[in-house]
Amino acid sequence: MAETDSGARAAPPAQRLAAHRVWVTLLTSRLRAQMTYRTSFAVDLLGNLGIALLEFTELWVIFANVKALGGLSFAQTAVVFAFANIAFSLADLVVGHVDTLPRYIRAGTLDAFLLRPASVLGQLITSDVSPKRITRTLGAVAVLVVAVAHLDIEWTPVRVWALITVPVFGTAIFAALFVTAAALQFWLVDGAEVTNAFTYGGAYVASYPASLYQRVVRTFFTFVAPATFTAYLPALVIFGLPGPVGLPAWLGLLTPVMAAVAWAGAVGLWRLGIRHYTGAGS
Amino acid sequence: MSLALPWPVAWQLIRGGFRRHSAYRAAALAGALTNTVFGAIKASITLGALASAGGRLAGYDAKSAMTYVWLTQALIAPVSLFVWNEVSDRVRSGDIAVDLSRPVNVQLSYLCADLGRAAFEFLPRGLPPLLVGWASTGVHIPARPLVWAAGAAGLVLGVLVSFACRFLMNVTAFWLMEIRGVQTLYLVASNIFCGLLIPVHWFPGWLRTVANATPFPSILQTPVDLISGRYSGAAAAHALLTQSLWLLAMLTAGQVALARGSRVLVVQGG
Repeated sequence: MAETDSGARAAPPAQRLAAHRVWVTLLTSRLRAQMTYRTSFAVDLLGNLGIALLEFTELWVIFANVKALGGLSFAQTAVVFAFANIAFSLADLVVGHVDTLPRYIRAGTLDAFLLRPASVLGQLITSDVSPKRITRTLGAVAVLVVAVAHLDIEWTPVRVWALITVPVFGTAIFAALFVTAAALQFWLVDGAEVTNAFTYGGAYVASYPASLYQRVVRTFFTFVAPATFTAYLPALVIFGLPGPVGLPAWLGLLTPVMAAVAWAGAVGLWRLGIRHYTGAGS
Repeated sequence: MSLALPWPVAWQLIRGGFRRHSAYRAAALAGALTNTVFGAIKASITLGALASAGGRLAGYDAKSAMTYVWLTQALIAPVSLFVWNEVSDRVRSGDIAVDLSRPVNVQLSYLCADLGRAAFEFLPRGLPPLLVGWASTGVHIPARPLVWAAGAAGLVLGVLVSFACRFLMNVTAFWLMEIRGVQTLYLVASNIFCGLLIPVHWFPGWLRTVANATPFPSILQTPVDLISGRYSGAAAAHALLTQSLWLLAMLTAGQVALARGSRVLVVQGG
């Protein structure tokens, strides 16, 4: 079944254009479907703004009681929080629903995806892109703007570079985590929930100063599920602060590298998963 | 639509709920593992906040704060702070018509099935985070039978209040059809106000007042407070009474909404 995955890519140019159109058609049809229930979509937008608000309330309540957390001030922690939330919510918007894969596997409907001459991962991603999540991103952007305004940052080129690249490659890292989680579902099926530990768990870890965590948690979420690369490490670069033991701040400049590594791993695992899949016997 | 639910039927529904969920053991194990990882992260953040506050925060020291962290992680599955759309899905598909034509109370039937679910999930999903917490940071539950009795009663009431709220939210599907947005809003409100992320006791005064004006603290914060012995005597009785009143209010609201909703229900296709 690996052929179906690369089939679209090996096609001659004319067909490739057609394939491109297929994706546009798929995507617009899904988006139209979501807009059908207008009230629900509006409430959805509100709900996702609520998620941003909820997560920020947690941080705000903590700082209503303390002056610093893990060596960072409220405004600094808010920057970390905002980076993590921008990256995670964008990744969630584009690929967050790929964890519905077990439902297709259990129902045997994944076979229909495999029969179509287009990448299975592509079909899964376009199956439910969620524009409603944009309000969560906007909430996080608002937090970032206010927090940065409260900080006295000298914007050197390196720091500007970190600020620009982080949302892009941070998003890529979380997206890779989602795809990795989906790929693991080929083996887990009923145990799918376990991958939440590093997707949603990664988002949770990323939102707070990594200096808080025990070494084993910190190392796992830096070098295995690289969540700290999406927010805390680049934020250290921007603040000009040294990192905690085992987590030097210069790592924060390697977010794009880590994103590439994470995607290589995710795609590799996805291909293995597709090959492992044997169908539901339907 | 019937208002009654005979005891033998109720018992069968509870057993059915238990057995249905016990079929997914891998899922229970996976969930327990995830809750444990989240617990470890939450423990670190909580300890960090405590350290910054000088070791004590709103009556919590390291020991009681860690008890709070691991108890909430252990109870998150039984009191079900997740998306639940069984009833709303049936409204959308029209299957709810079958439920409504049965000679038993729809709301109480689902309530019994949910009790069975909670009973199953209590050990496989609750015990692993508690054990890891006990081994890593320590979990302190007083060895007093009265505290245990109040804790058990508080937990059962927490499960029931959670169900009553989720049922009421599901019933909005009679008017809205698609309730994903309502679900999200509900999750947001319940997660913050039930004390899942941070104890309600840490909230600034006005926010605590807002939280206490909702049924959500009754779902998790109150059971955890009771089990960990934060309340005793009259305070414990008051907490249990508050939970009971919320339960009554939410069940009544759900019953009324269901009765109204089934009047506007249109099942297509027939």
